[in-house]
Formats: sequence, structure tokens, C-alpha cells
Amino acid sequence: MTILEKAESWLGQGRRLALATVVETWGSAPQPVGSQLLVDAEGHFEGAVSGGCVEGEVITQAQDVIVSGGHRLLEFGVADETAWRAGLACGGRIKIYVEALT
Amino acid sequence: MKISTLNVLNDAKRARRAVALITNTITGEERIETRADAQAGSDLEKAFRFDKSAMLGDEFIAIHNPPLRLVIIGAVLITQSLIPIARACGYDITVIDPRGAFATGARFPDITLLADWPQEVLPDFKLDARTGVIALAHDPKIDDPALEMALRSEAFYIGALGSKKSHAARIERLTKSGFDATDLARIAGPIGLSIGAVGAPEIAISIMAQLTQALRLGRL
Repeated sequence: MTILEKAESWLGQGRRLALATVVETWGSAPQPVGSQLLVDAEGHFEGAVSGGCVEGEVITQAQDVIVSGGHRLLEFGVADETAWRAGLACGGRIKIYVEALT
Repeated sequence: MKISTLNVLNDAKRARRAVALITNTITGEERIETRADAQAGSDLEKAFRFDKSAMLGDEFIAIHNPPLRLVIIGAVLITQSLIPIARACGYDITVIDPRGAFATGARFPDITLLADWPQEVLPDFKLDARTGVIALAHDPKIDDPALEMALRSEAFYIGALGSKKSHAARIERLTKSGFDATDLARIAGPIGLSIGAVGAPEIAISIMAQLTQALRLGRL
């Protein structure tokens, strides 16, 4: 089952969801562009946007988006460790689009 | 993403239709484009062709090509080892073997299993550029007709099990059937990357590695 099919199934269970998608990568990045993470309001998730390095932060942002609606563009990388709690240990940089399913 | 958009994407996947979701990452606006309507040589058409999602300005082009498919001829032990690996790599799998004793649901649960001759069922199959064909039956009566149909298709990978000697005999038979050296060079035989594989699970890994190489690098 793909992430989008999983989303369909979770919506069928009445859950509110957000989707995070890797839209751009630079250097060494563990998950390719297009990789997705599905998150529900309780923080249950399926899929991945990195090797586990930034998932925690993305899940928190996704839960916020479920409440607030709309979308956010996040950027992670070694240089951004001061801006974000999470950083990529591999030295790569990734841009992640987080959106509510509405 | 709108739920209606999610439904369109899932419907397209089930119908094996190639579509792209284009999302403006600043405004959040989204639209669907189909491969059929993409202008030849455009950035969008190239993205479909190379199966590569990417940012284009502020827009994210998410390519949703039909799922990869793997057609395996021969319901044998290597097939059993190959199925979980291929599934993990995202392939929809069909196994074809006319020998009823091999092609049983008990040995092959949860996949499309056809206890028919390849030449009877493959014509209904669109062997497209997102499909790999692997002949593992080790019996020319079963393998050869499938290989001939694969060679006439756009299948991105064609592999056949057998030693160098049996592959040479296969090449001879297929040459008599009218295929030239360029056609026959498409067949990976003996199948799999040369990693010294011993036993079905390791052979399955060598096949899966070669299939991945053909998909990602476009070569055997």
C-alpha cells in the first residue's frame, strides 16, 4: 500500500491528516525527492522523509498544520541546526512541504 | 492537498494512468496534469519519462507514474524468494506457470498467479516500459514464448535463468525465431549480477540488483 492509499484508508477511519513531502534535496540525502510522511492528529505516522533524523520535527509541524490548516515549507541541513532542533547528520540538506489534507 | 486530489491520484494509480500533481509551494495551489496531455520535450514530459519529481520555480512537480510491474515466468523456489524483495521495491507481481503443481495459491499467496501458458495470457498484458520480465521456469517450452513476447515489447528488463551453456542454446533457438543480436543482447542471461550467489535467496538478490540497475541506470 502506498502512502496515498494509506491516507485514503486513514481518512476512511475519520482521522485528520497531514502530508509531508520531500521536494528538494542537496548533497547526501537519505530519502529521494517525492518521499512522503503521513501524520495524523495524534502523531501516528507512516513513511519517511529522512533516515529518521528530522521526522520528530516534521511530525510536530504536521500536527500543527492539521490544527491550523494550510501548508509550510521546511528546510533542514547541518547549517540550519541553530534554526531547527533537528539536523541531518549526513551533511545533506532537504526541503519538505507540509500540508493538511482537507 | 485536497481530499478530492488524493482520490484522483489513487484512481489514476489503480487505472495505470500516469499523472502529475503540481503544487505551488508558496500559495498551496494544486492541479493535476496527465502524461497524455504533456507536450513532447517539455519539462513535464521529461519528468514523466525519467520518473523524476522535482521543483520547477516555486512549483513542485510530483510524478505519479503507474506502479512498476514484474512478470515472472515459473512458479519455482527462486520466485518465492524474489517476491518479497520485489514487493518491497514497489513492484506489482504476476507469476505465470502452466504447471498446476507449481502454480498453487498455497505456495504463492497474495500475488497474481496464472496457471496458464505465457503465450495465452501475456497478449492481454501491456508489457510497457514500466514492466520487467523474468523467465525462471528453466524449460524452453515455457520460457521461450514469454521471452519472444518480451523482446517484442518495451519491457525495461528481460532476464532468463540458466547456465552459460543453456543461455547459448537459448540464443540459438531465438535467433532461429528471427531475433537479431541487438534484440538478444536485451536478455540478461545467465540472469543476475555476478555476486557469487548460492541458493535461491541469494540468486533472488542478484536478480533484484540487476533489475534495479536496468531501471535506474538503463543498462544490464
